[in-house]
Amino acid sequence: MSAALQTIALEKRFGGLTATDKVSLTLRHGARHALIGPNGAGKTTFVNLLTGVLPANGGQILLDGQDVTRKGQIQRARLGMGRTFQINQLFGAMTPVESIGLAVSERMGGGADFWRRVGTRSDILNEIAELVERFRLTEVMDHPTRLLPYGKQRLLEIALALAANPRVLLLDEPAAGVPEAERAELLETLAQLPRDVSILLIEHDMDLVFAFADRITVLVNGGLFAEGSVAEIMADRRVQDVYLGSEDHG
Amino acid sequence: MTDTTFATPDRAAPAGTERRAGRDLLRRSRCKPAEILFWLAAAASFFLLPDRHLLLSEIAILGLFALSLDLIIGYAGVVSLGHGAFFGLGAYVAGLTSIHLTAEPLTGLALAALAAGLLGLLTGPLLLLRASDLTRLMVTLGVAMLLLEAANRAAWLTGGADGLQGVMIDPLLGRFEFDLFGRTAYGYCLVVTFALFLIARRVVTSPYGLSLRAIRDNALRARSMGIPVGPRLLAIYAFSALIAGIAGALLTQTTMFVSLDVLAFHRSADVLLVLVLGGVGYLYGGLIGAIAFKLLQDWFSALTPQYWMFWMGLVLLVIVLVGRDRIDALPRAILHRFRREGRA
Repeated sequence: MSAALQTIALEKRFGGLTATDKVSLTLRHGARHALIGPNGAGKTTFVNLLTGVLPANGGQILLDGQDVTRKGQIQRARLGMGRTFQINQLFGAMTPVESIGLAVSERMGGGADFWRRVGTRSDILNEIAELVERFRLTEVMDHPTRLLPYGKQRLLEIALALAANPRVLLLDEPAAGVPEAERAELLETLAQLPRDVSILLIEHDMDLVFAFADRITVLVNGGLFAEGSVAEIMADRRVQDVYLGSEDHG
Repeated sequence: MTDTTFATPDRAAPAGTERRAGRDLLRRSRCKPAEILFWLAAAASFFLLPDRHLLLSEIAILGLFALSLDLIIGYAGVVSLGHGAFFGLGAYVAGLTSIHLTAEPLTGLALAALAAGLLGLLTGPLLLLRASDLTRLMVTLGVAMLLLEAANRAAWLTGGADGLQGVMIDPLLGRFEFDLFGRTAYGYCLVVTFALFLIARRVVTSPYGLSLRAIRDNALRARSMGIPVGPRLLAIYAFSALIAGIAGALLTQTTMFVSLDVLAFHRSADVLLVLVLGGVGYLYGGLIGAIAFKLLQDWFSALTPQYWMFWMGLVLLVIVLVGRDRIDALPRAILHRFRREGRA
């Protein structure tokens, strides 16, 4: 069986700087895989390569065995590549219900329908309600998104990605900036994500990584530095030196 | 992609949540009492203001034109400084149809719509390629200038600077003669504007309309959700152009004259001004703005025939600087205060 997501010697250069240096990474089906690394290690560039925001200079990206290296952002999304953003990318003027409803109807191929009234399909309503409940947005479901507490916005960020029914979900620092009081809710929701979605977690916060992931890849200076189970990475002295040791200075 | 839902029986959401979600989604397409009042007033104006039909026709045409601009600015976030190109094209196509093809008005209207929509489809990719407001303003302005000069040069077809002579329009539906007082003209403009308003309203409250709002709000996110941003924007641009073309055709058919003036820059500028007066993104902005614009124009030009543009400019400045929301909130604040004092 092919992997959910695989990169082969993926490369990205900005002028003389190599931001992604021949990274080969395999995300298994149903994986809870974390990608960590110090600041400037090239984590965000890597996500942008995977999702097609940036074109790669070399190497390959396989989504469920299919080569998507030359495909655009929209096509990859349609093929099942979902992502969340490190900085919220939401629809501020729309309510969570509208945003999620949009994601669901787009996935079902009804997004170009210009004659049906929004809110008249019970299968979509049903799914919106389920996602709203799952992501604990029930209370604020019909409020404008920009007025939501930050933690709720983070939850909506993930809900939107999941509403597209992705095969692979890239979570880019999902807990970034969430106040302590709203953190537990977010972590619980992350733990309850459907098991059939393969997840790559890009994270800075080691507590979250250890709680969530079963496998860890360490990226340093754009290149693959180490990979292994959580226990292996925790025991790896080199990783402690370059990364865990420097955690204190951020 | 598989289409399994997450709503498995053991995780079924409470029916209350579903109902609330449904209410939230239907909120925008529900007809509000103020809307019914608005259109009743419009219908009443036909019967109650018989000596104002010419002005009212102008208002309806300008309102429809501004509504078309609202579709791209208010709903898709695409700015334009050359929407007059579509208006002017529609006006010329309607005029030429009446001279060379048929004087039947509805055919002219349909051909004008088709031509303007096609021009929108062809020029749309130019401004959607680079998604900056400045490039869009310049590209739309450029297209409008090209069209104006082309119409000027092609004097054998358009009459050039003298205007298109000999436009005659048959009675509407073979029964209603276009009279001097603008009775048929206003009825015609009002019905066409209302019909297109209904269609536009339907479009903006559809899933497609929702995706436009999402693109305007955050195109990056829309793309990552798999929404084909380019084609969606192109479709609304062409639709908007089509409506602008119909507005232009109405002007030709009700005045039985076309000149280069329909393609002039001030058309594009005026319609933008109208939209700012009335407010963007709720479809009525163009219509209300057109009423305000024409009434103010009427009033200012009676007051100071030569300097009415000065006062118009002043009103525009006040609206933009004070801000729409604060002006909109004013009546409510006064009402609120009034009530509080009434209770005390």
